[in-house]
Amino acid sequence: MIEIRGLEKYFGALQVLKGIDLDVAKGEVLSVIGASGSGKSTLLYCINGLEPIQKGSVIVDGTDVHAKGTDINKLRQKLGMVFQQWNSFPHLTALENVALAPKIVKGKSKAEARDIAERQLRHVGLDDKLNVFPSALSGGQQQRLAIARALAMEPTYMLFDEATSALDPELVGEVLDTMRLLAEEGMTMICVTHEMGFARDVSDRVAYFHQGVMEEIGPPEQIFGNATSGHTRKFLANVR
Amino acid sequence: MFDYNFHWRPVLKNLPDLLGAGLLTLQVAVLAMVVGIVIGLAIALIRMHMRGPLYWLATGWVELARNTPALFQLFFFGFGLGAFGLHLSPFAIVLCGLSFNCAGYLAENFRGGFQAVPETQLRAARSLGMTAWQAYTRIIIPQVFRIVYHPLTNQLVWAVLMSSLGMLVGFRELSGETQFFASRTFRIFEYFAATAVIYYVIVKIILLASRLLAARLFRY
Repeated sequence: MIEIRGLEKYFGALQVLKGIDLDVAKGEVLSVIGASGSGKSTLLYCINGLEPIQKGSVIVDGTDVHAKGTDINKLRQKLGMVFQQWNSFPHLTALENVALAPKIVKGKSKAEARDIAERQLRHVGLDDKLNVFPSALSGGQQQRLAIARALAMEPTYMLFDEATSALDPELVGEVLDTMRLLAEEGMTMICVTHEMGFARDVSDRVAYFHQGVMEEIGPPEQIFGNATSGHTRKFLANVR
Repeated sequence: MFDYNFHWRPVLKNLPDLLGAGLLTLQVAVLAMVVGIVIGLAIALIRMHMRGPLYWLATGWVELARNTPALFQLFFFGFGLGAFGLHLSPFAIVLCGLSFNCAGYLAENFRGGFQAVPETQLRAARSLGMTAWQAYTRIIIPQVFRIVYHPLTNQLVWAVLMSSLGMLVGFRELSGETQFFASRTFRIFEYFAATAVIYYVIVKIILLASRLLAARLFRY
């Protein structure tokens, strides 16, 4: 379970998160929507400790992410992350991209890591690309590679930071399908997304962020059909 | 009008000595590069991530190494330290001087290389639970090395040629050895012409080796 309490985050003098309270239960799929600059991506970075926070707390399975004594590298193994810009490692093959972290972070043997990598690449439909370098993959394939790489650490949670925003329109579908597959398998997911169809169809809850505040959270039917906040309604009217 | 008679025999007789000195030249240049790479990397990282005395030390190093003559840097380790009673061997003087110079230039190369690797690569690596050390050694630095590989080769060539300054601090590398024989026989032109060819061959071998190594190292 992820418990966020009174989270405040500043970049210099600019406050990007203004006191967020949010619980995400195991097995839940939460979509986070909102305009650019609303703080939704920053929220993800605060959850896995890639950004320090100024106030409040983030507790993952009972461990305070931002506490001094926390072994953040160990905790991050529970929190897989997929980025907008894919971030495949260009100097490694698809297989090596996925096998590296299990090997050096978890201490798996070469053979074990290879097995894991092959399994996860099959999982995302890239089993014919094992020895291909990322430069020879399409954006959609690279993003699926990034998903496989995160899954190889056997995380409890998956954080998606606008996983489809940088993709050509015709490649969005394959990545969303992979994310749907994970949701069906029961993965706990927090998806920062601009894909309203995905948010509506796949998530258990949808949160709307506006200027650093979580304006509204609820089941998709409520957010998309019957939003109480004027900001939410306006945003949704504009993206449709 | 032109009545110089070439005498190549003494050169041929000393060719083994010259080739041996060429090996010494290559040795000191390669060693200086190794030291220069380690220190240059450290300087680049310090200048990018730290403030305070270490930052100023690193910055001062780059400024001095790049903006003063390499010969003066060699003199510093020779006569400069000598004035304070610290006497290095000619080999050590040249190694220190070249390393100092290479580290300064390489630091700037590395800085460019680091800036060319997207910051998000580090985030991606850290998000997988890698330590900062693992992320740098496995993800960032391999990419940086690819970017700076050709500048690195250039620097090695430069180090080979620059090591000829060693003859001015009494180091009998290729140029020093040539000077030694030339002044004994007065066949100055012949000796230095032969040595120029040896330098040329050394550099060509380096360039070829570098190209072969690149083909092996960089698979993407």
